[in-house]
Amino acid sequence: MSASVKSSALDRRSVIKASLAAGGAALMFDARIAVAATGKPGSEASVLTAFVRINPDNTVTIGAKNPEVGQGIRMTLPMIIAEELDVDWSQVKIEQTLLNEKLYGQQAAVGSTAVPTNFMPLRQAGAAARAMLVNAAATRWGVDASTLTTASGKVTHGPSKRSATYAALAADAAKQTAPDLKTVKLKDPKNFKIIGQGKGKGHVDVPKIVKGEPIFSIDTDLPGMVYAAVEICPAFGGTLASFNADKVKGMPGIIDVVALNSGNNPGNVNDAVAIVATSWWLANKARADLQVSWAKAEQEKVTSASLEAAAQDALTKPPASAIAKKGDVEAALASAAKVVKAQYSYPYLSHATLEPQNCTALFKDGKMEIWSSSQWPGLGLGLVTRATGLKQDDITVHMLRGGGGFGRRLSNDYMLIVSQIAKALPGKPVKLIYNRTDDLQHDFYRAVGWHDFTAGLDASGKLIAFKSHYVTSGANGRPTTAADLPPTEFPVQLLSDALLGGTYIASNVPTSWMRAPGSNAFAFVYQGFLDEVAVAAGIDLPTLMLRTLGEDRIVPGGGGFMSPPFNTGRAKGVINKVVEMAKWTGSKGSAPGKGRGFAFYLSHAGYFAEIADVTVSEKGKVTVDKVYIAVDVGSPIVNPINALHQVQGACIDGVGQALSGLKLSVDKGAVTATNFHQYPLARIDLAPRDVVVEFLQTANPPTGLGEPSLPPVIPAIGNAIFAATGKRLRSTPFTADKIV
Amino acid sequence: MATVLTINGKARTVDADPDKPLLWALREDLGLPGTKFGCGMGLCGACTVHINGVATRSCITPIRQAAGKPITTLEGVGANPVGKKVQDAWIAHDVPQCGYCQGGQIMSATALLMKTPKPTAEQIDQAMSGNICRCATYLRIRAAIREAAGLPAESASA
Repeated sequence: MSASVKSSALDRRSVIKASLAAGGAALMFDARIAVAATGKPGSEASVLTAFVRINPDNTVTIGAKNPEVGQGIRMTLPMIIAEELDVDWSQVKIEQTLLNEKLYGQQAAVGSTAVPTNFMPLRQAGAAARAMLVNAAATRWGVDASTLTTASGKVTHGPSKRSATYAALAADAAKQTAPDLKTVKLKDPKNFKIIGQGKGKGHVDVPKIVKGEPIFSIDTDLPGMVYAAVEICPAFGGTLASFNADKVKGMPGIIDVVALNSGNNPGNVNDAVAIVATSWWLANKARADLQVSWAKAEQEKVTSASLEAAAQDALTKPPASAIAKKGDVEAALASAAKVVKAQYSYPYLSHATLEPQNCTALFKDGKMEIWSSSQWPGLGLGLVTRATGLKQDDITVHMLRGGGGFGRRLSNDYMLIVSQIAKALPGKPVKLIYNRTDDLQHDFYRAVGWHDFTAGLDASGKLIAFKSHYVTSGANGRPTTAADLPPTEFPVQLLSDALLGGTYIASNVPTSWMRAPGSNAFAFVYQGFLDEVAVAAGIDLPTLMLRTLGEDRIVPGGGGFMSPPFNTGRAKGVINKVVEMAKWTGSKGSAPGKGRGFAFYLSHAGYFAEIADVTVSEKGKVTVDKVYIAVDVGSPIVNPINALHQVQGACIDGVGQALSGLKLSVDKGAVTATNFHQYPLARIDLAPRDVVVEFLQTANPPTGLGEPSLPPVIPAIGNAIFAATGKRLRSTPFTADKIV
Repeated sequence: MATVLTINGKARTVDADPDKPLLWALREDLGLPGTKFGCGMGLCGACTVHINGVATRSCITPIRQAAGKPITTLEGVGANPVGKKVQDAWIAHDVPQCGYCQGGQIMSATALLMKTPKPTAEQIDQAMSGNICRCATYLRIRAAIREAAGLPAESASA
């Protein structure tokens, strides 16, 4: 295995200190702990803080604390530290830290939160390490620290023309007391040399990726490693009735067969039977000869048709519960000059990361070591302790690069399963890999949803009333995970008379967060319906949005990243910008078969307005020619090139959700798709010829970019198809049969 | 049973079932993990290698079929001047996001440019349509191929 998975001195030292200092504190990021956790000055390299180690050659090793799944965070967070440490980027080596949330705070790829929650603490952590180096020089030279300057990993005393490299000062610096983070001096952003500079910096891992170096979780390779494939109960929530592994156990290469019962299973994971072999190919092949029966009668009643029938029935009745209620919507609708009604829906979706779920674990001498590309390994650690009875301190988790995340790896089923297999086979490292069918059929899905809308316009075309009934999966009056509709969904928070209600129908299909959770569905239905409202008002959607937004103000949110405060000025800023970028004068296309569509969405604290230009063929084939995106995620943009790539990639991900035919069916309580021919992810021919992006860089704190450009492109495309064809598409995916 | 494969110019012996897919022989037996498992059905292209210079899905190619033919994997494609140009263009355009599919993308792109040194935009899309990029880095895949082929950029934003 590559060096990246070995625990570093940086970690081993700081883990001990931090455990003492933190005493099991909550997962709040307290940079003071990370900074206080200094190691002893050594002759080889000196650990200044949990994040910074100065090497004898005056390079610096910076810890990357968060999981990398393609969002570029392994670069972004160290760039923030390096800026305040005041080194050149060419001096920086990046090292992935171990999982240790007591020391590093939350280590998760979730909710586009890494930049907003780490930006200031990591600046302080970098500045603290710099201050320790400066103080060491001041002591050595007997001068006041305020007379010293730093640049490119050197401390200089101008008046006496003395200077010293960080390496020469590191051992002394490690003896310095860490400064108070509240008062540590930060750079003036106008002096930034790394953050937000030029085109930004290509990812350090790219040269390794293009040569095929083993840096992904699935590449984990340990001496004596064995491989596991799992036969999982197909119906969600079914249980293992019985199994016979006699035939399998006699086959070449087979080592063991292990039953995994969900009775001791806190992770919402089905019962399964694992086959362990000397080769994953052999283990997976042997599944065909495993005799297994499942108890799943009740779950088998759930089908796509049964869910559709339950939803349609619910939509004929009043909502079971209220999500938001303002004024008197019925009276407002009765007074409206015009009323618009429509129903929208969307299917279950799978994350379908290209690297299938996998995880490696070794149980030896009462301790466990895990290698994983989990997006939230801390949650996995909790599951493992509950399933194996091991203590958290006896489990080490290495964080490896994940081949895509999109929220799939926030669930830790693979970690839970492999820990149980490894515990049954002490001393043997076990690598578990799902095959593609397992991966598609045992995901935690983007929830299904149905929305019934009614809007009222006054005689001037102003939106005065809005009512919606939302139906999705749930139980006990609550939607399933990640299916919540925020009570502040636009335009409800801006109207005096509005009503949002919800009804939650039973389904055994597990749901979870998928890239831009909630937003990836709600943007489509709300901005699609509002385009219908705009058409009824005789105006275009940008105009309806600007009129409804009104004057610049901040409207309170409902709390959490799903329902942040809403700044109408920032919304208007991106709407006006994208209209300018695309030279928008309305939705009419430049030729027959062409149309333009607009949509706005606030997702994960990012304000996005997008315009899609489409061409629709006579056979109903939709081509997205070009997308324009105006972005307000505050400033600075830490790594501009990565930011552009996140925005373009998430946009084309959305193009795929709109157009490539992604839709999961449920039969007998199980998902039916087995591979990519039945779950056709977007391919290169579906990509627009261009996606043009502009960042407004407003004076707001920086927020994240992994998710928010995805949601608005879906309604922008739907609205453009309407402009091109007159067909209003009220369900995704937008397939040709719905157009012609 | 032993099968002799010619990989990146070297003879390598694999002691495995001759039905074992080349993908798993590369990853499990030969220490060449740059070739990736994505679907196992030849649908995603993550496992693409060259056999006789032709882009081939190693997940559905048993080693008995690959025996005796020259095989190039991502680890060896840089020895080919076209492959090196493609790898360099991938770095210059910072193409990867998660990076998992990119080895297969590079192998398909290299096979395209070996056969068609100056492809049209349509030929690029067609040749690359067997390789899924779940991060949707498609704009930069097009741009990097154009650069490796010495073609002018299609737009300024990739």
